[in-house]
Amino acid sequence: MLLETSGLTKRFGGVVAVNAIDLAIAEGQVFGLIGPNGAGKTTLINLISGHLRADGGAIRFADADVTRLRPDQLARRGIARTFQSIRLFKGLTVLENVLVGRYVRSRSDALASLVPFRDAARPERERARLLLERVGLGKRAGAFAGELAYGDQRRLEIARALAAEPRLLILDEPAAGMNPTESAALREMLRELAAEGITIVLIEHDVRLVMGACERVAVLNFGRKIAEGPPAEIQADPAVREAYLGVADDA
Amino acid sequence: MADQIYNAVFIGSIYALFALGFTLVFSVLDILNLAHPALFTLGAFTALFAMQQGVPAALAVLVAFVVCGAAGVILDRVAFAPLRRRNAPPLSAMISSIGVSLILIRLIQLQYGPDLQAYPAGALPAAVFSVGGLELDTLRTVIIGLAIGLMLALTYLVRSTRLGRELRALAENPRAARLLGIDVDRAIAATFFLSAGLGGIAGALYGFATNSPFSQMGQSFELKAFSVMIVGGMGSIPGAVLGAYLLSFGEIASLTFLPSELRDAFAFGLLFVVLLVRPRGILGQRDVDRV
Amino acid sequence: MDGLQQFFDAYQTTIGFIGLNAMLALSVWLTLYTGQLTLGNAAFAGIAAYGSALLTMKAGYPFPLALACGALLAAAVSLPLGATVFRLRGVYLAIATLAFGEVVRVAILAIPITGRGQGLVGIPPKTELWHIFASLLVIAYVCARLRISTVGRAWAAIREDELAAASQGIPVRRYKLAAFVLGALIAGWAGGLGAHFDFAIQPDEFGFARAVQILVFAVVGGIPNVFGPILGALLFTALPAVLQPLQEYRDIFQGVILVLVIVYLPRGLATLLELRRTARLRTVGAEDVA
Ligand SMILES: Nc1ncnc2c1ncn2[C@@H]1O[C@H](COP(=O)(O)OP(=O)(O)O)[C@@H](O)[C@H]1O
Ligand SMILES: [Mg+2]
Repeated sequence: MLLETSGLTKRFGGVVAVNAIDLAIAEGQVFGLIGPNGAGKTTLINLISGHLRADGGAIRFADADVTRLRPDQLARRGIARTFQSIRLFKGLTVLENVLVGRYVRSRSDALASLVPFRDAARPERERARLLLERVGLGKRAGAFAGELAYGDQRRLEIARALAAEPRLLILDEPAAGMNPTESAALREMLRELAAEGITIVLIEHDVRLVMGACERVAVLNFGRKIAEGPPAEIQADPAVREAYLGVADDA
Repeated sequence: MADQIYNAVFIGSIYALFALGFTLVFSVLDILNLAHPALFTLGAFTALFAMQQGVPAALAVLVAFVVCGAAGVILDRVAFAPLRRRNAPPLSAMISSIGVSLILIRLIQLQYGPDLQAYPAGALPAAVFSVGGLELDTLRTVIIGLAIGLMLALTYLVRSTRLGRELRALAENPRAARLLGIDVDRAIAATFFLSAGLGGIAGALYGFATNSPFSQMGQSFELKAFSVMIVGGMGSIPGAVLGAYLLSFGEIASLTFLPSELRDAFAFGLLFVVLLVRPRGILGQRDVDRV
Repeated sequence: MDGLQQFFDAYQTTIGFIGLNAMLALSVWLTLYTGQLTLGNAAFAGIAAYGSALLTMKAGYPFPLALACGALLAAAVSLPLGATVFRLRGVYLAIATLAFGEVVRVAILAIPITGRGQGLVGIPPKTELWHIFASLLVIAYVCARLRISTVGRAWAAIREDELAAASQGIPVRRYKLAAFVLGALIAGWAGGLGAHFDFAIQPDEFGFARAVQILVFAVVGGIPNVFGPILGALLFTALPAVLQPLQEYRDIFQGVILVLVIVYLPRGLATLLELRRTARLRTVGAEDVA
């Protein structure tokens, strides 16, 4: 297993946002995480990416206990993520955003940069450009991240995460705010990434996207895991229908 | 000993008045108004000017309150309101207030020069009375009483009046406050009037007590006020009062184990330790660090 | 040629102070560029000024060695300080560093060898103008190149969004600390040069007012690149000399400029240098520091 959580728990005051969650995600899997708003999905991945400290339970990643590591340490081990409420570096250019995303893969050029007239970042920039081409933002490399349209910002966040060449990519509602065309393109890209062998955790409300892209799906409700299995099984599960699909329309 | 306690109560009261105005603006608008010390100085000199025209001391304090309050409102219109309109962060306002402070202090110096001044002879009560063997002077005692009265009045105003409720709503969430139908501009103007007015009174009273107002008199209070606010809790009104007396008593107590030239180190040492151990201060409620 | 010579002689001190102030402005620029408001650099300059001056005066150290020791001393102090205060943010961080500065000032007043309130007098005037401007050139170059390196990008990322920066693998606390310590080193170097430029130093030269002044240089000049702080230092150091005839109104001019720049050129005078279409977004200033 690439990622395992056991008994993972997080409380906010009286609310148990994540309640004793056990997950096991195999290398190369595309894993869906669904559930109504407020179910605890974002909190769960904040725990996994180190942005929140667990109140109980453990997280293992690539055969090591990573429960208490900081986000930057986890990033270095190969976990990359996007944020539900897009968190780009708005005042930096699109290209610079991706270059920052390359941080864990690029050697520090602080000293090299002191050599006059030398452009130490050049190879990294070439790579970053390729990545931008891939997500369809090649033409916007010089624009500021804050100037991009909403759907483009989501794609840039994915590109920034991919720049780190992660082993595990966590996407928190990547299709939110995208139009159907963009959403279809995203589905296509997820398929490609899966084919390349990247492990993906996908949180999404777009049922078609989840059912089309994921091999396995877990359902959260009120912080608890109420079901897990292949998409078809989940769609048929009465508990899920009641908890989630029943309210899916207003999500 | 009793003498020292009396002193601590006096200086603590001035710290508190000064810090209350400072903290009021911070709690409502998140602005560190670095022109507050200049308003303090303006208070002392407004009273001086009034008394030179023959106004009695008690009335001169009132004049200082009104003039400084108005200056505070103007300060906001000129230096802060344009920044607020474009949602500029607190640092911009802080820098802008430094500019205003430079201007204000220089204007005072143009009128009165940089040297120590004195209030007109005989205009301040000089009587001394004794209670249980302790020599107290009328002036300081009246000042202490007035300061405590003002603290209580401000607390009442913020806790129990409609304006107070509006200010608290504004501090909590400006956008929600607007939606609730609060006249935000009026509430902000009131905040600055009260803050600067209190600063002005503090300046006038301190000027009286020392009878030597000078153009830089606000400076050391500014640094002390940071300490007071951090120790009590940034933006907390009871915290500012508590912090003020803690500091004044601590300073007096520190004289028994620190040489007097290190007296100021106490305030900053205390401030530093509180920041590291409990950054929200003793009575502070805001989360300093929230993801 | 003669005219130029006369100009230099007449304004020697002012010209020197422009360079020294520009270095100090760059020292605080490093943390501002990282999005952190710190006010300790006047104190670092003070520590190095006293340290290096005492070394040349009392211990007979050669000037360059004394300068280096002073700057290293400042950096050595900044390391544990930064390690503790960078758990704070915004005004809390600013006030904590300010308090540190005051503690330094009071400590100088309390240590007899510093000359206390009278100041340290009779420092050998070893600093030449070219020392100052060669140092400024090197420091500005290093800062400018660092800005476009991985380190500078990490600093910018932290400024833009600390949480997202950590998600990219950037050890945020370490980078903030690096900016702070490097700033202390630069401030220390400038402090040592200043001490040997001026014959005498006093504790008040390194207090709150000075810390704020250094901040003003950087913010009014602008933080997007290294030219901003230099421009700010130039303006605010040269202005008083130019306004000599209007000395009485000098502070008023400065105050008015300060307010006008913050209100109308929120990202500093450097905005004027960048007239690109997207200049508004491109440049960084007070607006970007919490
Ligand atoms: N930082 C926080 N402080 C307090 N409560 C929080 C915080 N983050 C999330 N919550 C609460 O935890 C629960 C789960 O939220 P979240 O993980 O965002 O759900 P989801 O992503 O599934 O919509 C909600 O009740 C939410 O209000
Ligand atoms: Mg969510």
